[in-house]
Order: sequence, then C-alpha cells, then structure tokens
Amino acid sequence: MSKHTLSVLVENKPGVLARIASLFARRGFNIDSLAVGPTEHPEISRMTVVVDVEELPLEQVTKQLNKLIEVIKVVELDPASSVQRQVMLIKVKADQSNRSYIIQTVELFRAHVIDVGTDTLTIQATGNADKLRALLEVLDPYGIKELVQSGHIGIGRGSRSMTDRALRSA
Amino acid sequence: MSDMATHPTPAPAAGAARPSPSDVAASARARTPVEVTGAQSLVLSLEALEVDTVFGLPGGAILPAYDPLMDSVKVRHILVRHEQGAGHAAEGYAYETGRVGVCMATSGPGATNLVTPIADAWMDSVPMVAITGQVNSTSIGTDAFQEADIRGITFPITKHNFLVTDAADIPQVMAEAFHIASSGRPGPVLVDITKDALQSKTLFSWPPKIDLPGYRPVTKPHSKQIREAAKLILAAKQPILYVGGGVIRSRASEQLRKLVDLTEIPLVTTLMARGAVPDSHPLHLGMPGMHGSVSAVTGLQQSDLIIALGARFDDRVTGQLSSFAPNAKIIHADIDPAEISKNRVADVPIVGDCAAVIDDLIVQLEAFAAAGKKGDFDAWRSTVTRWKREYPVGYTPPENPEAIAPQYVLERLGAIAGPEATYVAGVGQHQMWAAQFVEYERPNSWINSGGLGTMGFSVPAAMGAKAADPDRVVWAIDGDGCFQMTNQELATCVINNIPIKVAIINNSSLGMVRQWQSLFYNERYSNTDLHTSVGSRVPDFVKLADAYGCVGLRCERPEDVDATIRKAMEINDVPVVIDFVVERDAMVWPMVPAGVSNDAIQIARGLSPKWDREDDPASEQDLDADGSGVHHEMAESALYPEGMEPTDDPLATRGHVAAPDDTAATEGDENR
Repeated sequence: MSKHTLSVLVENKPGVLARIASLFARRGFNIDSLAVGPTEHPEISRMTVVVDVEELPLEQVTKQLNKLIEVIKVVELDPASSVQRQVMLIKVKADQSNRSYIIQTVELFRAHVIDVGTDTLTIQATGNADKLRALLEVLDPYGIKELVQSGHIGIGRGSRSMTDRALRSA
Repeated sequence: MSDMATHPTPAPAAGAARPSPSDVAASARARTPVEVTGAQSLVLSLEALEVDTVFGLPGGAILPAYDPLMDSVKVRHILVRHEQGAGHAAEGYAYETGRVGVCMATSGPGATNLVTPIADAWMDSVPMVAITGQVNSTSIGTDAFQEADIRGITFPITKHNFLVTDAADIPQVMAEAFHIASSGRPGPVLVDITKDALQSKTLFSWPPKIDLPGYRPVTKPHSKQIREAAKLILAAKQPILYVGGGVIRSRASEQLRKLVDLTEIPLVTTLMARGAVPDSHPLHLGMPGMHGSVSAVTGLQQSDLIIALGARFDDRVTGQLSSFAPNAKIIHADIDPAEISKNRVADVPIVGDCAAVIDDLIVQLEAFAAAGKKGDFDAWRSTVTRWKREYPVGYTPPENPEAIAPQYVLERLGAIAGPEATYVAGVGQHQMWAAQFVEYERPNSWINSGGLGTMGFSVPAAMGAKAADPDRVVWAIDGDGCFQMTNQELATCVINNIPIKVAIINNSSLGMVRQWQSLFYNERYSNTDLHTSVGSRVPDFVKLADAYGCVGLRCERPEDVDATIRKAMEINDVPVVIDFVVERDAMVWPMVPAGVSNDAIQIARGLSPKWDREDDPASEQDLDADGSGVHHEMAESALYPEGMEPTDDPLATRGHVAAPDDTAATEGDENR
C-alpha cells in the first residue's frame, strides 16, 4: 500500500461529506486522513483526502469520486510539486525543572506554546507528517497528556490554481 | 369483471377557485412565474417533463402531492399495492419506453419499500426517478412518525439524490433529477421532499436553470482511441464482441448489427443485452457466463481480442477473473469511465456512448478497408460456429415422461408469443431458462433483474412495461417463489386494465437454491420446499388468480403446453396467470460453478464438452467447485446429438434431446 493525497473540489451543499464518506466505506477504500473547508469561492468546498491504496485501486477511487454529481474536480497532489501540512495541538507535562527545555524544543521545531497551565504546556505545531512525528518523539519523555491532530491539507506549488481551472472547465 | 377493468379517469378540477394544473402550466410556459403550492409545483414539473405515468402509493408526508395529482389530465397515477411494485413498475416502464420511469411513495416505510427497486435500477442502470415525501423540515432528525433518512439510506444505490426543504427548489431539482437519471450512464435518482415544502406557497416557472458543474458525461469517444481499437481489430486472429446492457441503453442495436456484418466478428450478448443482436444471427454465439452457452463462454475464453461494448466484466460473466480469457487483449468501451479497467485492465479504453463508439469504429474500419486493410477471422469464425453447432443449449428430458420440462415451456412460449412480445423474468432458474430458450430478436424484448437479482421483479415490471405499451403482448415469466413476493400487483393490473400474462414455472421450490443444494450440499434441501405443487398447493395459483379477477389456468401435461399458451394469448381484457407445474429436479445447464475458471464449463452434471480436435480449447475438469469432495456422477442421459438441427417439430427444437411422450423419446434413448 502507498499513501496518496487527493484534492477534491466539491459543491458546498449539505450532505456532501456524508456522500463521500459513504462512497469510501462502500467501495472498501481506507481513508488515512480527511480535511474539509471552504475555498475562495463560497459555492465550492475543498477536501483533502489521504488514501492508502495501490495504483490501480487509486484509479478506481478517483473515478468513483468523479462519478459523484457534487464532485467538481479530483487531483492527486504529487508530493514533489505540492506542499502539505497538518496542525497538531499537544498538551505536555511541564514542571519548573523542564519547562525551559520544552520551550527550547518547541522553538527548534518552529512550533508555538499557545497555553500554559500550572503543570502543562499546550503546543501548536504545523508541518508535514515527518516533522510532527519527530516533535512527538522528542516530547514523549516529558509525558503527553493529550493530543489532537488535523487532517492533511495540501496545495500545488507555483502559480497555477486548481479552483480557477476547475471553474473554467465547468 | 368489465366494470373493474375500466380505466379510471381523473376527477374534474375541484371548484373554480383552484386553477387546474394545465391552466397553470399554460401560463407558466410563458415563463411568467405563477403562485402555486410546492405540491402543485411538483405536478407541474412532472407535466413539463412530459411524464405520463407515475406508479405510487400515498401516505402522510406525500399526501399534499396527491391532491393536485388528482387534477392532472396529463399524468396518470397508477395506485400499486406495495411500494416495491411501484419501483419495479417504473423500471419496466423505463425499459419499454427508454424514458425515465417514475415512482412515488410516502416517507419512512413507503420510502424504505422503494429501496429494493432503487438498488435494482442502480445495478442495471435503469433511468428512474423516485419521489418520496419526507416529514416536515422542522421535524427532521427528531425520529418523528414515519421518519427515515431515505437520502442517507440511498446514497450508495442512487446515481444522485436530493432532499428538498424549500418549495422554490422543486422545479430545478426535478429538472436536474430527470437529466441525471436519463443522461450518461442512466440510473435511479431519488427526490425527497418535506411535507412543509409541498404545502408552502412558491412561484413556478419553467424551464428552470440546470446547474450541475460536476456532471459532464462524455459521450463522444476520442478519435485516437478509436484508431487504436481498429488497429487491434485488424491485427487480431480470434476477436469476439462482448455485448453488454450499455448497447441496449444506448439504442445502438442497428449500429452494432452493421459492425458485425462489416467485420464478421462473432459476438455474445450478456444477460443484460439479450436481443441487442437477433439470436438468429449466424455469428451470435449466445449468452456468456455462469449459465452461458458453450460457444459463448469458450469463445470468450479462447479469444485473442475482446471488444467489450457497454459491458462490465461482471463476475457472473468472467467466472474466476484471473483465468478469464487469458490470451485476450481488451478493447473496453463504456460511457462510465469507472467501469473501464475496474475488473479487467483494458488495453484500449474508450469512454463514450456505445452508439457513437460503434459509429466511429465503423467509419475507421471502413477507411482501413478502403486502404486494403482488413482482418482475417475465417478460421476462427468456422471454429466458433462449429462449437455453436455442436453444443447448442439443450436439456435433459424428465425421467417421468408425464412431467413437463420447464425448458420446454420456455421454448414453446417463445415460439408461440414470438419476437414481438416482451418477456419479463423474475430471478432464478426460470430466468436463466427464459434467457436461454426464448429467442430474442429485438432490443428491449427481454427485461430482467440482472445485477441485483431481485426476486419478485417480474410481475410489477411486466405491469410497468404493459402500462407503457398497452398494445404489446407482455409475458411475466416467474417462478413460484418469485411470484409469491409481488403477486399483489395483479390487483393493480386488473383494476387499471393492464392485462399482462404470467407464466409461473412452478417447481414447488426455490429452484436455483435447490439446484445448488443438489450439486454442492449433498442434496440436503434446507428450506427450499415451497409446497406450491408437490404434496400440496399452498397457495393454489389458479384460485389466487381467480380471487384477483384474473384468468387462472393450470397446465400439468406436456401435451397441454401449447394449447394453454394459445388460450392465454387469446385473452386480452384481463391478466392471465398460468400455473405450469413442471418437473422439480430440472437444472440449469450449462454451468460454470462459482469461483472457478470458465474453462470448467459443464454442459450437464459431471459432463464437460468433448474437445477432440487439435484446437482443444480447454482442459476437461471435474466439477467439484465447492471442495465438498462430493463426486458428481455423469448424467447418463445428457449427451447432445451432434449436428442436431432445429426443426419445426415443437417437441424437438434447439438441441432438445427427447420429448416426454412421443417418438422423439426413442431418439433420445439412442443417445444414452
């Protein structure tokens, strides 16, 4: 299996997410991560779906997605020609003795402390999967109390716009 | 009888205060918005979409829609006895007319009763719009009375579906629903409308704007792909046309016939494509698949090029996929890109409407021919037609000469009712025999539930076909199991003057399941005995037909088959139900057991074709597909006489080995 990131432009209508989730479930495709949000066009939403499939099933995923009436465009984001990010919020144990070490680590990873408790720090980190995994490994010895992670989002490098092109062909 | 069989006429418009739908439509057509209720807007939309027939059953949430429907002089509503019947009737209507079939039901149980026909239409790409009432928009999500999330339920089995909560959206949604259902790869679309949307005031105007930015079906094939396909055809030595239901939906029979005559490439028609090319065509090798003919199954297996037109490499056709047609290159043309390379990777994929694809292929092949380039398939053609001649689809006569062979009933029905009749089957043994033993000469003369395999499809679908085309003879070919699932629609047929004819192939069992129990479960007949003829008649189908106001006939002897069918053909004012009591142990042959290679085709129990020539196409394998270790004895009476030609003798047609009660029986004995 290998991971593929799909950018999916959909009509911003109620039930679209359920429809897509239902399609993945029914066809037996595994979703690794899913993120949905608005775009610069109010009538269009964008989903970023990371699927764990081989090349041929991936073609089926894409074709089946394209069959959905509310799906406007599906593009696979090539890791080399796109940037992909995730956001992670980590609540880590921190007392007087190690607080400054943790803050140093956070800065090394260009992450931020966004909340301070009496014996915890809450850290916001952004990056690709490898960077976030590395940060977690470093923080793990201090004791991670809570972790929340967003789905991947991604965008193609350079000046071309997926939404522009999709709207022009529509 | 006759008073019941009168056509109900729409009631006159109720009072002058309310404009009739056609009045409203007249002003609406001038694009001047008129004030109406959501329900009126729905009926006006149906009229504007030229819907002439709706099959349905009212209930609380859809009730507002039924009031203006009563006034419509253009839309005939046929009240069914169960919503499943409405759905299958809409499918039958769609098959017969090529137009969108429409069914209607209320919320909750009404809507969930439509789920089976919707799934059926989805699997077989039938253009259908299902309209359901929904609870008030303010009650959605509260588990209100008769609330079911039918939109969520039907996500996986519709081409698209809508939930309408605002009356203003009704015309646009209806226009989009019909457009989606009927274009591209056809399919079912569900429109769920809340009761408050039906009741509230809105403005109606027509035509509405269709706004579907994500829906652009490709119908015109790419010329480069057509050229590549034509080159593969010229280079092939053993090509075969694998014709699927897409050819029927695309109404491409004429083009296909031209392609076959131009190239002289042999062809097979799948269960969904029976009639796409006449069965009488010399290059027609029959139906492929689990119960396909030896020539069709082996023709595909041995080909070096499969030209798939509107077919989807279904498991019932390919058998074990990894061993299907191992040496064949694949040209796969389909309007749905997702079908191409889904099961078998295509060498030349072509996305497009079958009619357009075939047209373009013809032009390209003619251009090649003009340049002196033509395929040479003579040797292959003589091989496959020899298979066709040597292994016609036939059957073993019953051991008891007094018993009726079910296959014989289908043979005679097809011969007497003829190619202009429409045949609508249920699901099971009778369906396979109907596909094998009736000769189909025109597209859409064969209607069945292929993909979903819905028992109970036949009677309501036949009703829909007959309602759409009252002048056509429509035969429902049903099993005793299937018939008991939906026979309540006989009431609908009688009351609405829809005189279908029903042939029940009554073997007192769930026959196909029983066949598998015979072959793979040591003849342990767990829960397949229906008691409809052996031992008892529960129910008595003749009495049941009589109770519904139909004519009920029973046929129990082979010599009465013709006369009974002819009698039914003469009755055209009420539905006729014939209870054909047939031999119970008859099995559907040929058969490729599930999950094994198509090379393992058996023409009768334990009997493989004898490939004694140098082009031996398949290894002979013993049938023990389920690994049960059961040894299957070779049926001694199952040999097929070589070169036996069809004759006019009704008891000796098409590879039929021996008749139950006449001299032909001796002929059969000689072959033992």
